[in-house]
Amino acid sequence: MSRPIIEVRNLSKRYQLGAIGATSLREEASRLWDRVRGVPHPDSKEFWALRDVSFDVQPGEVVGVIGRNGAGKSTLLKLLSRITEPTSGTARLRGRVASLLEVGTGFHPELTGRENVFLNGAILGMTRAEVRKKFDEIVAFAEVDQFIDTPVKRYSSGMYVRLAFAVAAHLEPEILIVDEVLAVGDAPFQKKCLGKLRDVTSREGRTVIFVSHDMAAITSMTSRCLLLHHGATLHFGTTDDTIGKYFEYGESRSQIYTAPTRTDSRPYVQRVEIRTSKQAGVQAAGQPMEVTIELRHPQPVGGACISFQILNQFQQHATHIWIFDADEAYARRPGTTTLTCKIPNVRLNVGHYSLRLFFSEPPGGQIFDSLDRICPFEVVRLGETTLWGWRPDACVYHEEATWNLIHPRIP
Amino acid sequence: MSLPVSEILIQPTRGFRFVNWRDLYAYRDLLWLLVWRDFATRYKQTILGPLWHIFQPLLTTVVFAIVFGQIAKLPTDELPPTLFYLCGLLAWNYFSQTFNSTSSTLTANAGLFGKVYFPRLIVPLAGVVSNFFSFFIQLGSFLIVLTIYRWSHPGVSYGPRWEALLLVPLILLQLAAFSLGAGLWLASLTSKFRDFTVLSGFLIQLWMYVTPVIIPLTKVPPQWHTYVALNPVTMPVECFRFLLLGTGWVNVPLIFVSLAATAATLISGLLVFQRIEKSFVDVI
Repeated sequence: MSRPIIEVRNLSKRYQLGAIGATSLREEASRLWDRVRGVPHPDSKEFWALRDVSFDVQPGEVVGVIGRNGAGKSTLLKLLSRITEPTSGTARLRGRVASLLEVGTGFHPELTGRENVFLNGAILGMTRAEVRKKFDEIVAFAEVDQFIDTPVKRYSSGMYVRLAFAVAAHLEPEILIVDEVLAVGDAPFQKKCLGKLRDVTSREGRTVIFVSHDMAAITSMTSRCLLLHHGATLHFGTTDDTIGKYFEYGESRSQIYTAPTRTDSRPYVQRVEIRTSKQAGVQAAGQPMEVTIELRHPQPVGGACISFQILNQFQQHATHIWIFDADEAYARRPGTTTLTCKIPNVRLNVGHYSLRLFFSEPPGGQIFDSLDRICPFEVVRLGETTLWGWRPDACVYHEEATWNLIHPRIP
Repeated sequence: MSLPVSEILIQPTRGFRFVNWRDLYAYRDLLWLLVWRDFATRYKQTILGPLWHIFQPLLTTVVFAIVFGQIAKLPTDELPPTLFYLCGLLAWNYFSQTFNSTSSTLTANAGLFGKVYFPRLIVPLAGVVSNFFSFFIQLGSFLIVLTIYRWSHPGVSYGPRWEALLLVPLILLQLAAFSLGAGLWLASLTSKFRDFTVLSGFLIQLWMYVTPVIIPLTKVPPQWHTYVALNPVTMPVECFRFLLLGTGWVNVPLIFVSLAATAATLISGLLVFQRIEKSFVDVI
């Protein structure tokens, strides 16, 4: 194995809770007085944002950093980008580093697109000559050719973000540190950015550290991942293993919908629960999933109709599933009815989904209840990678298909 | 084996460290772009634009000439009050502008500093350099006013020692070094104690009265001169008057006192700033 390009050893960062924020002279004096007397200051609580994190990254590798909010991801990025210093431990970075923790850092609204490209490039560590060389490429990537001499304050937010990302995407460091900056911008542009990042890593052999909450992006981009939990390393290994661990440690997000209490005698949906194959609302593609629906009907319902749609993150209806009284009699007596819908083999594409559920009488009758965007869940593919990566916007679901090569066969 | 040039070692620093010149040099393009940004953005959407560099000292001079010259009748070294004040303000304005821009470096750029690394010192340095431009514009307008005076009052004794004008950049450099050092001190203190934000505006007001902008140094009792020279803005103000108007009170030992005070302020300011900058994003 070659020499690691990034070597992190026992990196730790402690924050003094009482001292966060600038203090006044008086406070500082009382703190000093306490220290002189050897008494601990009442409000100096310590908090380790990062504790003894060690890992190596090989040249050309793309490593993801995942973890819940507050796990220490941002602190790690800040330390590696030299924005702040560690309390102890070391990190060695063998190469030029560019960090992209925010898109458009240092953009000045009064300056034109052209001027901001140069300014932002310099802030990110490029020389003027480098920016000049890349300038046409940057403008073409951002698709703002016509407006390049307009002050950026007149840009739409989309144009602004595109230009800002374009500058960053054309940096040529050996090591690129990227925070969740791709969360901005519209879907086609996000796709373009991910594509560019992939190019940077595969074709140009850059080393990338990539932080994201988007498991689809992590899966498609990275080969190994670091999982942080309360500032410490929980796991460092292949992306699939690490994502698996991540979901085991997931805090449960409510996949259960419960109706507010009602007093009228109108039928309604009392509870909807979705049971995904993994914890925390994560569904592995190809695994079964169950939706349980509880109806409350103080009066009998004649000809109940229950249906739900699964909506993807682009609010497209991926599928529609229903059960009508005409198919199987239910809810014909006052009380509660529980129905379970089992989907044996989830074929949805990766991404985030939610349910839209309807409870009604047959066409032309009343609609008792309609629930929108309940029971959010995420579909992931574990242990499978494709050449292009899994992308939520690639399709809605995967059809089962087989291929045959007819002619000519490669001997 | 020796480390490759580009290896970056991240570790906690103990104690004080001095300026990393190589790092600073690597970011020289950013310095120029920031200087240019200061210039390009300062007067956007203003009607007079850079002419403000000329009007601001002229207006101040008119007010001083009326209040201190006409009403209070303070002496001005036998010079026309307009020239006396305008000349004093040359050095003073450079100092106060640079001191202000430097001392707000950390607080004004907290957002930027929290998102991207570059040597923090680049930002105050950009202020130092971009204020050179306003200084030279003011110097130009001063020389025009002086020429008009000499032309309309033939036979006056005051006037620039043209050959000595070459010394102006050197004095400006001392002024820049001191403004930077003092500004860095205040920037560091402000990031730790917000009390200093309140103090800085007030400080600069008081400072003007201990600098011979309004009262000539010749009117200060000689036994106080050493103390007055400890204020590193004093000698530059007097030197400018001496070089540009041929009057004033310049004394070589006191210039050395002034230079020593400047060096001490700059070096300690750099050290304190370097110590604060490494972790100031944690407390902002």
